[in-house]
Amino acid sequence: MANTVELSIAKALNAGIRKAMQDDPKVLVFGEDVAKLGGVFRITEGLLDEFGSKRIFNSPIAESAIVGTAIGLAMRGFRSVAEIQFDGFVYPAFDQIVSQLAKLTNRSEGHLKMPVVIRIPYGGGIGAVEHHSESPEAYFAHTAGLRVVSPSNPNDAYWMIQQAIQSADPVVFLEPKRRYWQKGQVELDQPALGLHQATVLKPGTDVTIASYGPMVVTSLQAAEIAQAEGVSIEVIDIRSLSPIDFGVIVESVKKTGRLIVAHEAGTFVSISSEIAAKIAELCFYYLEAPVIRVGGFDVPYPAAKLEELYLPDADRLMEAVDRVMAY
Amino acid sequence: MVQFLNENGEFAVASKEHEIYAQFIRDLRESDFLKFYRDMARIRRFDNEATALQRQGQMGLWVPAVGQEGAQIGSGHAVGPNDNIFPSYREHGVAITHGVDLMSIIKMFRGVNHGGWNPYEKKFHLYAIVLGAQTLHAAGYAMGVNFEGKVATGNPEIDEAVITYFGDGATAEGDISEALLMAATTNAPLVFFCQNNQWAISSAVETQTKVPLYRRGEGFGVPGIRVDGNDVLACYAVTKKHMDDARNGLGPYLIEALTYRIGAHTTSDDPSKYRDAEQVAYWQARDPIIRFEKFLRSQGIGQDFFDEVQAAGDQLAAEIRETTFALPEPELELIFDHVYSEPHPLIEEQRAWLRGFEESLGGHTPTDDGENKVDYGGSR
Ligand SMILES: Cc1ncc(C[n+]2csc(CCOP(=O)(O)OP(=O)(O)O)c2C)c(N)n1
Ligand SMILES: [Mg+2]
Repeated sequence: MANTVELSIAKALNAGIRKAMQDDPKVLVFGEDVAKLGGVFRITEGLLDEFGSKRIFNSPIAESAIVGTAIGLAMRGFRSVAEIQFDGFVYPAFDQIVSQLAKLTNRSEGHLKMPVVIRIPYGGGIGAVEHHSESPEAYFAHTAGLRVVSPSNPNDAYWMIQQAIQSADPVVFLEPKRRYWQKGQVELDQPALGLHQATVLKPGTDVTIASYGPMVVTSLQAAEIAQAEGVSIEVIDIRSLSPIDFGVIVESVKKTGRLIVAHEAGTFVSISSEIAAKIAELCFYYLEAPVIRVGGFDVPYPAAKLEELYLPDADRLMEAVDRVMAY
Repeated sequence: MVQFLNENGEFAVASKEHEIYAQFIRDLRESDFLKFYRDMARIRRFDNEATALQRQGQMGLWVPAVGQEGAQIGSGHAVGPNDNIFPSYREHGVAITHGVDLMSIIKMFRGVNHGGWNPYEKKFHLYAIVLGAQTLHAAGYAMGVNFEGKVATGNPEIDEAVITYFGDGATAEGDISEALLMAATTNAPLVFFCQNNQWAISSAVETQTKVPLYRRGEGFGVPGIRVDGNDVLACYAVTKKHMDDARNGLGPYLIEALTYRIGAHTTSDDPSKYRDAEQVAYWQARDPIIRFEKFLRSQGIGQDFFDEVQAAGDQLAAEIRETTFALPEPELELIFDHVYSEPHPLIEEQRAWLRGFEESLGGHTPTDDGENKVDYGGSR
């Protein structure tokens, strides 16, 4: 019998971090308000009681220091899970992430390992004020030396956070904040996939929709709508944004001949741009239609009353489905 | 300002408060004094040789530390064998006090690699070019020392401290303020060593601060002191005291060593555009090596010793020249190594592509002449 429980993404992350802290005394958790409060999204709730203030503690409100000290702690043999409170507040730490954390293994010719996880709740849809709804993944995926992943469901949340903590490389761990309360079954015995594998969530034959994080649910919704209209959609959860598991996408496109890539971030110089370019190269003779990117617009993330317009929904995905089916 | 040697190399303890530092000088033996002198002279000689090598096209850039030998050799020798050092990019003197191979510094500025020494071996971490970034790494490392309980055990074999170096200009960076704060709130065993050489490229120190730099930590809870950076003994004593204190659990401290950058910022710089020759002459008259030589002579050290140091310098310079000229070019494919600690498909794909491309040129490497530049169009 499979050993499963139903958890929300938030609770699954909590359980995954707890497990990692139990398994390895070198794992530390810190960030703004993560200790007593358990973080503003309560992802680290209860960990202080179990592990004490030497394993989990509040950082001052200094993002560069959060990442910079995680680097120093890594040099000392610790594995830090550093929380950035919201996506829009990661930029004060940008140098420490892209010029320090990402490069130190290379600069030191492999002498320094950087097992640091930077957890960032990201994306919109929660009606927040400015700087609380952004999708910064392309900055990090573009940076050599970083790994970037984003779970879309509780089981992945539980396993991917543990796999990220075990990685010898730095991992930017993007948590789809509007899906934190989404529930699902979590298999507690072993992970089904590695940290950097993509997976087919729903098989189909006419069109492939590849997405990640908060857009996966939206893609599954679109697949259902399409089904009713007689179009069979294959849904891929990309899961890892650096590296990208192109093999799974290529296999799917060879079958469907049509690819839509979806995310909340603007499409200009984005994860979908990269996938479109790569698939054009690898699947040129299989494509029935150009690869279509569906995303937010290339504008500053709008005020809460306007975000519904900004965020791609199932209708916007269906518009893209119509377009690729017209070829 | 703590000073033990005046400009004429005469030893004096100016005030009672400085007694706590003076005791560390009294603990020194003649062999320690001679070591300080040898190292200052050695690094000066190396530095001048490196500038010459840069002029001859052997290095892309050189960053001279001339004038700062007292601050670097004095503080470097005060760092204990268990302690870790997080330098900026001009700390060649500190590097030799901890056995870093001078050729690895040459290689870095030649463009062979980005540092290349093993930070764990010498406990001297890689040079940091982004101003102030290393101070946060030092703070994190020192927090780790605390977590491991390797502070204030009373056992000198176990206790550790950390020291980080940075310049006057770097103090304006947010990272240094954040590092001071982090170290203060966690009571980290970390000494902040600021070499105020009075210039940050062309900007005078007044651009960076309204308050003397040794007081920069006060608001964060990090006390500080100013030391004469051209007095190797004072730099040694003050650093020794505060590293000992940090190891004993007294928390972070900020040391400002007042010194002067005699040379250019780098070999690409022309300081005559922004500062007076009189100012340089004033500080040349306060040269840390000459001052210490006067002290040693007053202690009865004879000409033989200085001759021996001179000869050792000649030999070092010859070795550095010879080794630099003989350095092989690095392998092209090294660029793909250690980007990640664990395998990464994109890196392997691009490595394989370059290998195939090179082979298609018949073993002709793309960089060995202008005609065969790598075409970066398309993705690989
Ligand atoms: C973040 C950052 N900004 C700018 C520079 C360019 N830069 C290199 S050295 C330097 C001046 C630094 O002065 P100081 O900290 O006093 O050190 P010194 O060079 O005098 O040893 C500047 C502006 C840099 N390396 N890093
Ligand atoms: Mg300076």
